[in-house]
Amino acid sequence: MAELLGSSSVRSGRASFCLRVVGFVLLLVFAAAASASRDISNGTSKEPNPAREEDPHHRSNTTHHKKAFPVLSFNYEHVRTPFEISLWILLALLMKLGFHIIPRLSHVVPESCLLIFVGLLVGGIIKAIGEKPPILDSTLFFLYLLPPIILDAGYFLPIRPFTENLGTILVFAVVGTLWNAFFIGGMMYAVCQIEGTGLGGVDLLSCLLFGAIISAVDPVAVLAMFEEIHINELLHILVFGESLLNDAVTVVLYHLFEEFAHIGTVTVADAFLGVVCFFVVSLGGILVGAIYGILGAFTSRFTSHTRVIEPLFVFLYSYMAYLSAEVFHLSGIMSLIACGVMMRPYVEANISHKSYTTIKYFLKMWSSVSETLIFIFLGVSTVAGPHSWNWTFVVLTVILCFVSRMLGVVGLTYIINKFRIVKLTKKEQFIVAYGGLRGAIAFSLGFLLTNDKMKDMFLTAIITVIFFTVFVQGMTIKPLVDLLAVKKKKESKRSINEEIHTQFLDHLLTGIEDVCGHYGHHHWKDKLNRFNKAYVKKWLIAGERSTEPQLISFYNKLEMKQAIMLVESGSAAKLPSTLSSVSMQNIQPRAQPRGRIIPRISKGREEEIRKLLRANLQKTRQRLRSYSRHDLMIDPFEDNMSEVRFRKQRVEMERRMSHYLTVPANRQEAPPVRKVRFESDHQVYLADDGDSRAVSGRRATQPNLSSPDAVSLLDESSQRANQRSPDPPRRGPELQESQEEQDQLKLSRCLSDPGPNKDGDEDSSFIS
Amino acid sequence: MGASQTHSEHKFQDLVDKTGFSLEQIINLHKRFKQLSGNEDTISRENLDSIPALATNPIRKQIIEAFFDKRNQRQDEVGSFHEIGFEQFLMVMSHFRPPTLKTTEEEREVMRREKLRFLFNMHDTDSDGTITLDEYRKVVEELLSKSGAIGLEAAKAIADAAMLEVASTNVPHMEPDEFYEGITFEHFEQILKGLEMESRMHIRFLDVNTTTMHCGK
Repeated sequence: MAELLGSSSVRSGRASFCLRVVGFVLLLVFAAAASASRDISNGTSKEPNPAREEDPHHRSNTTHHKKAFPVLSFNYEHVRTPFEISLWILLALLMKLGFHIIPRLSHVVPESCLLIFVGLLVGGIIKAIGEKPPILDSTLFFLYLLPPIILDAGYFLPIRPFTENLGTILVFAVVGTLWNAFFIGGMMYAVCQIEGTGLGGVDLLSCLLFGAIISAVDPVAVLAMFEEIHINELLHILVFGESLLNDAVTVVLYHLFEEFAHIGTVTVADAFLGVVCFFVVSLGGILVGAIYGILGAFTSRFTSHTRVIEPLFVFLYSYMAYLSAEVFHLSGIMSLIACGVMMRPYVEANISHKSYTTIKYFLKMWSSVSETLIFIFLGVSTVAGPHSWNWTFVVLTVILCFVSRMLGVVGLTYIINKFRIVKLTKKEQFIVAYGGLRGAIAFSLGFLLTNDKMKDMFLTAIITVIFFTVFVQGMTIKPLVDLLAVKKKKESKRSINEEIHTQFLDHLLTGIEDVCGHYGHHHWKDKLNRFNKAYVKKWLIAGERSTEPQLISFYNKLEMKQAIMLVESGSAAKLPSTLSSVSMQNIQPRAQPRGRIIPRISKGREEEIRKLLRANLQKTRQRLRSYSRHDLMIDPFEDNMSEVRFRKQRVEMERRMSHYLTVPANRQEAPPVRKVRFESDHQVYLADDGDSRAVSGRRATQPNLSSPDAVSLLDESSQRANQRSPDPPRRGPELQESQEEQDQLKLSRCLSDPGPNKDGDEDSSFIS
Repeated sequence: MGASQTHSEHKFQDLVDKTGFSLEQIINLHKRFKQLSGNEDTISRENLDSIPALATNPIRKQIIEAFFDKRNQRQDEVGSFHEIGFEQFLMVMSHFRPPTLKTTEEEREVMRREKLRFLFNMHDTDSDGTITLDEYRKVVEELLSKSGAIGLEAAKAIADAAMLEVASTNVPHMEPDEFYEGITFEHFEQILKGLEMESRMHIRFLDVNTTTMHCGK
C-alpha cells in the first residue's frame, strides 16, 4: 500500500513536473510571440518596408508569373489579439491545474498566493526577455474581469442569512469603510507632516484619497480565501456581504477626493453633497439592478419554447445592469447584486433544469477564470509597474490598515451588539477583522489615478498591502480558524424535515411576534412574502408554478434530484445516502388512509424484485394471458369490497417484497390466483417504477386524484401519459419523456407478450 | 398606587428569576397582557383569536393552543388550561428568549432542548410522547393550508417522505414487519440537529420602556 502511494506520488510528481515544463515552454513561446508581435506593431518604420517589399513583388508578379504559390505562410498579426488572450487564459488555467496535482501545496498555501507568485514569475520572465509586461488595465479589470465574479457571488447569495444580518453588514460596510478611510488618511497625513520622512509633498486630500482606495475590503480576495476555509455561514456572510456593499462607499469617496484633490479645498457644502451622492450611488445602483432583474424574470416567463437561450438572458441582463450603472457612475457592484438577487427566485421557477445547471456552471467557470487571471495579472503588474519605494510610507500603510481594521471592527461590534439578538463573540470579531483582505480593486483604482507624482508611491504601497493581506493573512487564517475552534460550515444537505421546520418556525415566530404586539423582523418578512405571493409571482412566473408554495417546490426539487441520482447511479451499485431497509410500509399504520403510497425502493431491492419475478413468471406465463388489461381496469369500478381487497393485497405485496429481500428464500407461499394478480401488479408496478420516482413529485401537484386510489397503476400511468402533453414542459422533460416512452413500451410488451426472457433482458438492460 | 406598584414589582422579581426575562421586558409584556385580556387577569383563547395580525397565519390554531398547553409550563403536567394568567403567559414566552454572550455550551444545549421540546409539543397534539404519521400530516397540511387543493394533496406525500426520512435516519435497519410508531423526542432532536434551534427560535423582546403600541388591537 505504501509503495503504491509512493509510486503514485512519484508519478504525480512527475506529472506535475511535466506540466511545469509544458507551462514553461508555453511561457517562452508566448513571450517570444509577444515580443515578435510587438516588434511588428511597434516599429512603424518597419511597416512601409513590407509594403515596399511587396510592391516590387507585385510588380515582379505582373512581369514574371514565376513566383511559387506559398504552401505555408506565417501571418501572426491576423490572429494576434485573440491568440494572446487565449494563451494567457490557457496558461492561467494550466497553472491552476498544476497546483491541484501537487498534493500538499494546495492545503498549505491558498490558491491566490500561488497565482500571484506565478504572475511574478511570468512578469519576471517577460522582463528578462526585455519586453514590457502587460499591466492590469483598469478597463479590462472593471469591465471584463470583475463582473463575472460579482455576478456569481450575487446570484448565489444566500438570502436568508444576508437579510437576517443586513443591519450588521451595512454598518460594517458603510461606517467601517468610512472609518478606515479617514483614519488611514488622517494618520498618513499626520505622519507625512513629520519632517524626516521626505513626504512633505503629500497633501491632506491626496492622503484621504489614498485612504479611500486602500480602505475597502475586496470581494475577490475574500471569496478566494473564504472558499478554502469553510467557515460558518454567519461569518462568511458578514465579511463577504461587507465586501460587496462597501463598493458604494468606495466609489463615492474615490470620486469625491479625486475631484477635490485637483481643486484643493473642500467646503461643508461639498461634504454634504458627498453624503447625498452616497445615497444616490447606492440606491440608484440597487434600483437599476432591480429593474433589470425584474425584466430578466419577466423575460424568462416566456422562454418555455426556446430553452437553449435561457441562460443567456440571465447573463446579459445582469451584465447590462452592471454597465448601465457604470454609465452613471453608480455602484456597478450593487447593481449586479441587486439584479441577481431579484431575478433568481423567479427565473429558477421558470427555466428548465438543464438551463439552471448551465447557468450555475457557466457562472462558476467564468468567475474562476476571472479570479485566476486577476491574481496572475496582479503578479505581473507588480513586476512591470513603475515603483517608488518609500520605507516609511509603505510600512506605515500596512500597519495602519491592520490597526484601523481591528479597531474598526471591535468598536463597531460593541455598538452593533446592543442591537443584535445573537451577539458576536470575540472570536467572531477577530475573524471578521482578520478576514478583511485587500485586492485587485484597490490596485485598479490606484491605477486610475492621474497624478504622476504620487501615483507610483501609492501604487507601490497598495501592492504591498495587497501582498501582505493575501499572503500573510491568507496563509495564516486557516490555522487560526482551527486554533480558535471557530464553527465551520455544516456540510449536510437540506432535508425535507429541516425545510418543513424552517417554514414552521417562520410562521411560529411571526405569530409569537404578533401576540407580543410589536412589528419585528418576522412580521415584515411575512408581509413581504405575502405581497410576493399575491402579486409579484403572478406576473413573473409562468403557468401553474406561480401558485406553488415553497415547500412543494422544494419537495419536487428533492424528488427530482433523487430520481436523477437513482437513474445515474444505475449499475454503479452505489446507493444514495440512506442505506436503510425502512420503507413506507414500516411507517404506514395497519389501517391505511386514502393516501397514495409512493414507496421508494433502492436499486438493490429492485434487482431482487426483478430476479424474483423473472423466476416466477416462468411458472405463471399461462395465467398472465388470461388477465388482460380489461380485467384490471374493471376493478376500480366494482364495489368497495374489491378495492379494500386490492389494497390489502398491495400491502401484502410490499411486505412480501421487503421480506424477500431480508430473507433470501425463494419460496412463494401465495395461492396461484393471488400470485398472478400479485405478479401482474408487479409487472405493472415495475413498468411504473422508473416513472414513478421521476414524476412522483409532479404527480403530487396534479389535482386529478379524485379517482379511487387503489386503482390499477396502469390506469394512472395511462392517465398521466395523456395528461402530460397539455402540461407545459417542466424541468427535465427529456428525462421524463424517455422514461415515459420506455414505460409505455414496457406496458405494451408486458401485456401482449410476457415472455420471461425478453422481459428479463429488457429489465436488466433497463437497470444497467 | 405606590403600594400596588411595589407589590407587582416584587411579583415581577420572582418572575425574573423564574423565566429569565429582565424587569423591563416583563413590564412591557405585562402591558401587552393587559391589552390582550382587556384588563382582566387571565387570557382565554378568544382573546388570542381576536388578534387581527394572526388571522393570516396558517398555523395560528397551533400557536394559540401552545399557550394553553400545560406541557409548556415546565412542570411536567399534561392537559390544557382554559385560561392562563400572566405567569403562564410569560413561561410560554420564555421559550423564545435568545442566548446571550454569557450563555455557556451546556446552557445552550439545555436551551436548544427546551425549544425543541416546545416544537415537539406543538406537533404532538394528543400528548402521547410521539408524533404519529397522522399528526405529522396535519402539521404539513396546516402549513400548506393557504394553498388550496394543490397544497392538501401534496401535503400527504411530503409528510410521508419526511416521516420516511426520520425513520431512515434514526432506525436504519428495520425489519419489514416492524412498525415505526412515531417520532419520539430523541428522534426529533436528532433530525433537527442541523438547524441550531437556540440561534434561530427567538424573537426580540423590547427592553426599553415604550408606551403601549397600537398594533394588534
